[in-house]
Amino acid sequence: MAKFAKKKEGDLPAVSTASLPDIVFMLLFFFMTVTTMKDSSLLVENTLPNATEIKKLEKKDRVIYIFVGKPTQEYQKVFGSEPRIQLNDKFANVDEVGSYILAERAKKPQELQNVLTTALKVDKNANMGLITDIKQELRKVNALKVNYTTYEGDAFNNLQ
Amino acid sequence: MGRTRENPEVHAGSMADIAFLLLIFFLVTTTIQTDVGLDRKLPSDDVINHINVNERNVLRISLNKNDELFVEDRVLKIDELKRLAVAFLDNGGATENQLRCDYCKGARDPKSSDNPQKAIISLSSDRDASYGTYVQVQDRLALAYRELRNREAQRLFGQDFTVMEEKFYAAETKETEKATLKANIERIREMFPLNITEAELNVQSQKLAQ
Repeated sequence: MAKFAKKKEGDLPAVSTASLPDIVFMLLFFFMTVTTMKDSSLLVENTLPNATEIKKLEKKDRVIYIFVGKPTQEYQKVFGSEPRIQLNDKFANVDEVGSYILAERAKKPQELQNVLTTALKVDKNANMGLITDIKQELRKVNALKVNYTTYEGDAFNNLQ
Repeated sequence: MGRTRENPEVHAGSMADIAFLLLIFFLVTTTIQTDVGLDRKLPSDDVINHINVNERNVLRISLNKNDELFVEDRVLKIDELKRLAVAFLDNGGATENQLRCDYCKGARDPKSSDNPQKAIISLSSDRDASYGTYVQVQDRLALAYRELRNREAQRLFGQDFTVMEEKFYAAETKETEKATLKANIERIREMFPLNITEAELNVQSQKLAQ
C-alpha cells in the first residue's frame, strides 16, 4: 500500500468536473431541438408513397391529419388486415371522418378555420376506394384543401 | 462538486460559452422535419358537377384494379403519361381568334384540346387500385404541368416557375418583389391551370348537350 501512497504525490491533478453540467445541458438542448413530439401513436402501417413534385406542408397548426393503412401486427387480430382509418388515437369508420374534421376545426382559432389543410397520410398499399370515400366525406364538410403526404423520392418505387 | 484547490486546473470559465455557442448552432441549423406532399383541392360539394365540355378537351385517365393505367381506353405505361399529358395540354387546336393559344407549341391537332384553359384531365380510379399508383399518376401529371409552366416562365420572365414559387414563399424576399412575383405566378397559372378532376364529373360531349 505504501507504494501506491508514494506515487500519488506526484500525480496529475484530477480532471475538473465543473463543466459537466454544461455538457449535460448541451446534450439536453440538442435532443430537445432535433426530436419532435409524438402526438399520436400509429395504429396502422404507414409507408407513404414517393413523389417528386412535392410541396412542403408548413405551419403545423393548420393541418389536420388522417392516417390510413393496414392495422399493425398487434391490432390485426382484432381489426383484420383490411386498410383502416385512424383518427387521433383510434380506429374509425368512414362516416366518422366528417365529424372528426368539424371537431378539429372547432378547436382551431377562428382566423385559421378557413385555411386548414387535411393531410392524408395513406399507406401506399391502401386501396383507392377508401380514399375516395374519405374525399367524399371531406367534400361534405367543405374541407377541400388536401395534401397527399408523401416521401420525397422517385415515384417509380411505389410499385414495389 | 469538490475541487482540488491546490492543483492548477483546466480553465473552465468559458465552458458555458462554448456550450451556448453549440446550442445556438444546433438551434439555427436543425429544423424539425416538415411533411411534404402533393397539394390538391377537392371540388366543392354543393356545385352541381354538370358542365358541358367538348369531348376533345377531356383527357380521360383511369386506373383499374390491377393498377394498370388506361388513357382514353388504351393501356399506357406510366412513364409515358407525362409526354402524353404535355402533348394534350399544349396542343392548342382551336383556330378561332379568342380561343387560339399563341404560346402553345403542340401539334395543333383539331381532335385534341382547344387550349390549356379548356383542357381537363379526368382521373378516375377503381376502388381496388393502390394508392401508391394513384400518387404516382398524380405526380406524373404534376410533372407535365411543371414542365409547361417552367417553359412559359422561362420565355416570359427568364426563370423557372418553380424558382419563382420558391422565391415567393421564401421569408427573405422583399414585399415589393413578392407583389410582382405574385402577378407573374398568377399569369403563368392562368396559362396552364391545373385542371385535374376526380369527381364523377358529367363531362358531356357536345353532341349530347345539343
